[in-house]
Amino acid sequence: MEENQGVKLLGFWVSPYVLRVKWALKLKGIEYEYIEEDVFNKSPLLLKLNPVKGQVPVLVHDGKPIPESIVILEYIDEVWKHSPLLPQDPYERANSRFWAKFAAEKLQAYAWEALCSRGEDHERAIKASMEALEKMEKELNGKKFFGGDKIGFVDLVAGFISYQLPVYEEIVSMKILDSSKFPAITNWINNFLNHPLIKEELPPKHKMLAYFSNRRNVILVQNSSNK
Amino acid sequence: MADEVIVLDHEYSPPANRVIIALKEKGVAFVSKQEDLPNKKSSLLLEMNPVHKQIPVLIHNGKPVCESLIIVEYIDEVWNDKSPLLPTDPHDRAHSKFWADYVDKKIYTLGRAVLTTKGETQAAAMKELISSLKILDAELGDKPYFGGKTFGITDIAFIPFYSRFYTLEKFGNLSMNEECPKLVAWGERCLQRESVSTTMRNQYETYDFMLELRKKLGVE
Repeated sequence: MEENQGVKLLGFWVSPYVLRVKWALKLKGIEYEYIEEDVFNKSPLLLKLNPVKGQVPVLVHDGKPIPESIVILEYIDEVWKHSPLLPQDPYERANSRFWAKFAAEKLQAYAWEALCSRGEDHERAIKASMEALEKMEKELNGKKFFGGDKIGFVDLVAGFISYQLPVYEEIVSMKILDSSKFPAITNWINNFLNHPLIKEELPPKHKMLAYFSNRRNVILVQNSSNK
Repeated sequence: MADEVIVLDHEYSPPANRVIIALKEKGVAFVSKQEDLPNKKSSLLLEMNPVHKQIPVLIHNGKPVCESLIIVEYIDEVWNDKSPLLPTDPHDRAHSKFWADYVDKKIYTLGRAVLTTKGETQAAAMKELISSLKILDAELGDKPYFGGKTFGITDIAFIPFYSRFYTLEKFGNLSMNEECPKLVAWGERCLQRESVSTTMRNQYETYDFMLELRKKLGVE
């Protein structure tokens, strides 16, 4: 198939931004070459393909690089039109884009803050995370996935909630994913993690615990020396 | 059946400006409702954007669409008979969205820091902002618009910020024509478009507005 000519993905094993792209490629059955990058020691290739931000993921298709996970997801959906990630109707598309942006920019940031802070900042971040989850709980409204019966755009972007947030909770002994407060989200997490294509493509939990514990310690030290 | 299009708007809000410019480019009839910000938010705004409680909101036949660049894409998809705001080729589309996102995240965040702080904090933000603007200057290069020959989503994302160039010059004691000459030429080119010139306040009015805003926020 002409479309499949040379699809490469530059990534980092634990990055949720990379994982959403891997999931999208898998859902669409697109074959690709994966190139693991060390984001703490960036290769000349990565810096050449993403000169503006130097970040993963970068998708390379027919020799042309595309950075930014959400931009990549939309690109994949436009080039490989089967198994659509976004709905067809413009209003529904705008709604999906809104919730994907919300999950990626608000919830993800608050959760990270909750992991990498102490005291009042930490409490504030937990509260903000839960308020954000409440909004997503309402949006889910008893559906199996944000995309309806099938995994869609919002599910892929919000997917970090299912496997990464529990790791953060364990590291700092905090509770954000309260199943009594968020029954729909809890159900969604279950459906998402048990999806045959998703469960094959998750970073190993013990490695994530080690990685994020380490990151938390480094950031806490950095922040206290900056004060 | 005629479309009913309402925009919850504010003349000095760059995200709101983007929506108005996009509607005008498409020749869509709409009603603008100015919100009394930063003083108070209307009940309509709170109802239509309960998650963020922010403008702009496009209300199309009673249904709200939020987040300026999401609104611009929506406008492009619904009124797709003329003036495309995004290219057709998927790679070019991705390119436009990447730079629109860069403008939204980098430029506006740094811009807000410069406009609402003083002293060393402001100076540091200004330095980073000018660096980022130079990256945009290089990206534009010799093209008439960011999308190439056609005025599009990246231009729409960035052009409202052009009214703030004079303010940056006054705050940073610099010349934008020296720092980013291509962006200045591009800004003037965009102002030739009726959609832009009838939407944006000029640089001096914007400077006055910023000074007032700083007083209201207790910065000065």
